[in-house]
Amino acid sequence: MNEIKCECGHVNPEGTVLCEACGKPIERNQHIDGNEKSKLLNMRYEGSARRSKTRNQTVVDKIWIFFSSVKVGVWLIVLTLIASIIGTILPQEMYIPQNVEAADHYRDEYGLFGQIYYQLGFHNLYSSWWYILLIASIGVSLVICSIDRVVPLYRALKRQKPKRHSNFIRRQRLFGKTENVKQADIDQVVSRLKKKRYRISEENGHILAEKGRFSRWGPYVNHIGLIIVLIAAILRSMSFFYIEDYVWVREGETKLIPQTDGQYFIKNNDFIMDVYDENDERYAEAIKKNGEMIPSNYETKAEIYKVKGDTIPGQDPELTKVNEGEIRVNEPLTVEDISLYQASYQLNEFQSMSFKLHLSDDENESPIGEFTFDMNNPKKEYDLGNGYRVVVDDYFPEFFMEEGVPDTKSKYPKKPAFIFFVYGPDIEDYEVNFLTIGANLNPHNNNQYKISITGVDMRDVTGLTVKRDHTLPFFAVGAIIFMIGVVQGMYWYHRRVWIHPRENEVWIAAHTNKNWYGLKKDIESSLEGTDFNIPDDQQELK
Amino acid sequence: MSNKKKKRFIFRSIVLAILLGAVVFALVSNFMKDKEAVADGDQAPPFELEQVNGEGAIHLSEDLKGKGVMVNFWATYCDPCKEEMPYMQKLYPEYKEKGVEIVAVSLDATKLRIRNWIDKNHLTFPIVHDKNGTVMEAYGVFDLPASFFINPDGTVERQVLGALTLDRLEGYLNEIVPESEK
Repeated sequence: MNEIKCECGHVNPEGTVLCEACGKPIERNQHIDGNEKSKLLNMRYEGSARRSKTRNQTVVDKIWIFFSSVKVGVWLIVLTLIASIIGTILPQEMYIPQNVEAADHYRDEYGLFGQIYYQLGFHNLYSSWWYILLIASIGVSLVICSIDRVVPLYRALKRQKPKRHSNFIRRQRLFGKTENVKQADIDQVVSRLKKKRYRISEENGHILAEKGRFSRWGPYVNHIGLIIVLIAAILRSMSFFYIEDYVWVREGETKLIPQTDGQYFIKNNDFIMDVYDENDERYAEAIKKNGEMIPSNYETKAEIYKVKGDTIPGQDPELTKVNEGEIRVNEPLTVEDISLYQASYQLNEFQSMSFKLHLSDDENESPIGEFTFDMNNPKKEYDLGNGYRVVVDDYFPEFFMEEGVPDTKSKYPKKPAFIFFVYGPDIEDYEVNFLTIGANLNPHNNNQYKISITGVDMRDVTGLTVKRDHTLPFFAVGAIIFMIGVVQGMYWYHRRVWIHPRENEVWIAAHTNKNWYGLKKDIESSLEGTDFNIPDDQQELK
Repeated sequence: MSNKKKKRFIFRSIVLAILLGAVVFALVSNFMKDKEAVADGDQAPPFELEQVNGEGAIHLSEDLKGKGVMVNFWATYCDPCKEEMPYMQKLYPEYKEKGVEIVAVSLDATKLRIRNWIDKNHLTFPIVHDKNGTVMEAYGVFDLPASFFINPDGTVERQVLGALTLDRLEGYLNEIVPESEK
């Protein structure tokens, strides 16, 4: 490997642009930072060697060098952006209706474009292997770029000497010459800079005043924060760290909490939806404006049970209560490290319905017999006494007609309908009653008896999000470190002033990574009243 | 000098190995997340459910030991489920002889509806009631119908999410006929 020995005696690694110690431009590497054609030196990374070119590169070196390029990093980010944009053109699969085939949905809704979109797998873009690989590559690029820059930068800043090469000094943006300067003036300038908290170092009369080097590490601290955020995102795919699921629980129902390996059950004792009082003058106007009731509280009174002993799915487990309380929006009920959040609800499912049997032509509808149909545990036959009985021929929890035939859309009693056969001592064979809410759809109108609804019991359903999240502390730490890095890089400035004595004159040069105005102010106030000429901003002169 | 180069090689290799590990981990764990709860070749999750058209409960690994078992998840409100039921009924007597049992797990809310359906369609294979949906959850089934074909040794030979045709059903049932009956 070729190292570069500078005339100041310092040995620099291959690829160095400006000598780490004295800053002398290393002639054959000036193209790297584009210094050949400009008067000023490009000071990024202190002109240190970022990507050492090695002959006989191994595969490891080749991969390393690929990822250490900022150009590659930027391209990865651009590609990820484009991919992310594509993913928003059509809805992702998780957002399309559940009851249709994804392939059909994309074709029917979006035509040929939808079909291509689906075929290319863009309907699950964000969890596709190549998208994850892109994100991961950005992470890899971030790590390698940082390592490849922070190490040489650290070396260069550590090894810098107060005595710089005249070529380095002359080619700084702030540069000035003054002839016949008194030593007393130099001393005064130094002491003023000291007062401004510059750290002073000296070598044979050459002086370096430096402050805020700390600022240079900001971007790397920031990257460490980003990497922690990426790690947290990866941890989210492990169920130990993160789960998210959903469970609907009906009032009175005890249901398995998903993702708990069958260990925990939840019972919904009551679901409450409160609304703002329209008679309260504070709300009356807003409610009127809104045109409908405004909910003020969603709440589930719940109990959580743990399964005792070993059971297998389907067995009725022995349950012991482990927690009990109210679940409100943002106020979850927790068991172990799993939290149950109030997320949704459905009102007014049917719990039970009561009926009476009466004579069809009885205006008073005096009951001959009564019975209650419990939706949770319905019976096939109800004995009404006196020889009358009702047989449930069919029951449709969510009734609808399909091509003239009654059927049910689901198992949930949202719109129940019944076909009852009525038997009695004075009924030949039986009479058919077809009932649903608000209608008695008897196929024959010559029925002697009729069944009417006398009452209904309703129940609500609560929708709960089941969540475990141990990744938030990682995100928090990552975000805090990220912000520390930003603040470090933004609110501190790395300022350096070189005082470079020549035979008859003294040169002053200065550099900062940002806020040149502030640096100029520092220098002007330090040079005030001395013989020194104020350095010129060579960039401005151009 | 070559020592320095060696050091750098080792350092880069370690960093790249760690990064590669993280990338592979991210890919694998993302892939695993989408995976079905029961994979082909896995031991079928055990269950015990009350019979609707018979006495007592059926315990998968105890009562049906040594038999090929088709576990079919269905419900009376699921039209494609109801369409494949007659196929199952048609093949059931023949395959029961060969040592294959069919267990239909209903996800209905009430036994009343299941009984009505059994009576109207004269189904003779055992039908059990998964009232709380815990067995469905254990098998990772979200959409009906779904069928699991389980080998006599208790491993899952095949799972079919969606409806079956008569031909396919017969082929799959053949796959799980115990060796002794072939």
